[in-house]
Amino acid sequence: MRKFLILFGREVSSAFHQPLAYVVLFFFLIVTGFNFQAGVTLLNTGPGTVTIVQAFFNTVYFWFPFVLVFPLITMRVFAEEAKMGTIETLMTAPVKDTQVVLSKYAGCLFFYITLWSPSLIYFVVFQEITGVKAAEAVGSYVGAYSMLLLMGLLFTAIGCLASALTDNQIVAAIISFAAILGFFFLGLLSFILPSTGTFLRELTYYLSPVEHMMNFSQGLFDTRPVVFYTSSTLLVLFATFHIFQYRRWKS
Amino acid sequence: MIKVEKLTKRFGGFTAVNSIDFEVHKGEIVGFLGPNGAGKSTTMRMLSGFLPPTSGKAVVAGFDVFADSLRAREHIGYMPENVPLYTDMRVNEFLRYRAALKGVARRRLKERVGDVLELCGLEDVEKKLIGNLSKGYRQRVGLADAMSHEPDLLILDEPTIGLDPNQIRLVRELINNLRRHHTILLSTHILPEVEVLCSRVIIINKGRIEALDTPQNLRDHLSQAGHIVFDAIVPDAAAAASALRSLESVQSVSYRADGDWTVFTINAVLGNDPRELLYRHAVDNKWRVREISRPPVSLEQIFAEVTGGEES
Repeated sequence: MRKFLILFGREVSSAFHQPLAYVVLFFFLIVTGFNFQAGVTLLNTGPGTVTIVQAFFNTVYFWFPFVLVFPLITMRVFAEEAKMGTIETLMTAPVKDTQVVLSKYAGCLFFYITLWSPSLIYFVVFQEITGVKAAEAVGSYVGAYSMLLLMGLLFTAIGCLASALTDNQIVAAIISFAAILGFFFLGLLSFILPSTGTFLRELTYYLSPVEHMMNFSQGLFDTRPVVFYTSSTLLVLFATFHIFQYRRWKS
Repeated sequence: MIKVEKLTKRFGGFTAVNSIDFEVHKGEIVGFLGPNGAGKSTTMRMLSGFLPPTSGKAVVAGFDVFADSLRAREHIGYMPENVPLYTDMRVNEFLRYRAALKGVARRRLKERVGDVLELCGLEDVEKKLIGNLSKGYRQRVGLADAMSHEPDLLILDEPTIGLDPNQIRLVRELINNLRRHHTILLSTHILPEVEVLCSRVIIINKGRIEALDTPQNLRDHLSQAGHIVFDAIVPDAAAAASALRSLESVQSVSYRADGDWTVFTINAVLGNDPRELLYRHAVDNKWRVREISRPPVSLEQIFAEVTGGEES
């Protein structure tokens, strides 16, 4: 456990040592701020049924930075070490491969959480100033943020997998971007496929991040997406671990 | 300290290391010598636990490097070729991280980092970013990292490559000072380095061990077959050469002119020394002689000999 914490600390500090981190944080705040402002504008158009929490988590301004950010967070983790050769000193220290893979994953996840946590302040400020409830119930917050975390678990894992595949950060970013975007668009198919309960529509509906977020941000808790995201995260991490080992053994 | 048995590494159809055996004892500095692509780095990577071998076995400090990798790694300090470091960290920060990662207890971290900083002469730059350091300093940071957890064995892959002569001297001194506490396996293709530092030499070529002995023994072995320089003024070089060839225990003679002088290079029959005969021959013929000598054989020649390179 001590080794894991040391490695995790290193991952976090290296993430914040690079200028890219601050560029990402900066633009991310701008886009989410704009997203929030759009939500407030929507509420201003007149009485409606949505709360600001629902408005915030279900717009294109939310999904755009959400999808874009994973490649930027994760492209570095394995590719950079492989390119610089530090993987050699890292893996000849008495550390287990699992510790290395998990600490890198956890480091990315930490950055992801850092990225989203300021958004909580928006809702507090909103309530303070307008006197209007930001959400109908606490469940709405819990739902929205746990879905944010669940999707983050899977997509960060996909990003790590892509980074473990190559020495080149750009290639890693493109692979993970394509994979995450592909998955995201697959979920959107359920909106355009004919509504008669075809198998494909059911499947894409089941996989759709947009649907998941819509339900969870209303406070509707469903165990199916929870199982889906956690199990596929484990699968992707397992694959990452094996690719990481395989590439080292081949080098 | 190291025991290697039939260690083999294949990359696809290419055999990088071919069933090598050797042993390194505690307190030795062993030089790993070979041309580029001979399998030095691959062997070192296997010993450090980075690469699994295709077959064979390696034991370091009593632990199998592959079956009991984690415990073996605790006893190994490895510095890879080109010294990869985290350029975004400061020197002391990096060494602290590495020492902690390699299992140095928290309360001893400060002391240990201080020790290696001092030992490697890094105190002036301890607060600098590694990315801003010169090559020589980076090399020393790499060394400091390798020994930060007081390993029994140091594996150094080309520790002086790319340094200027002053830095090379400093790194060599450093390595020389380490011999008291560590067993060292270092690879290089700078031959004088081996003569200065190493108690034993392993010459490897095309994945096989070609020679394994002390530098002195290797030299003695080869000097028996060494050549003799005979420098004199002779009336007719070609005639003189054929006369020399007819001498006992002379195998072959070649010559070149040097102004009025003719420099003969004479290869003696193995184990014989015809220098005295040469002298008598010169006196009998009233040749004026400037030099009769048998130049000491350098490791360079040994190297060329056993690796089949061009002889110098």
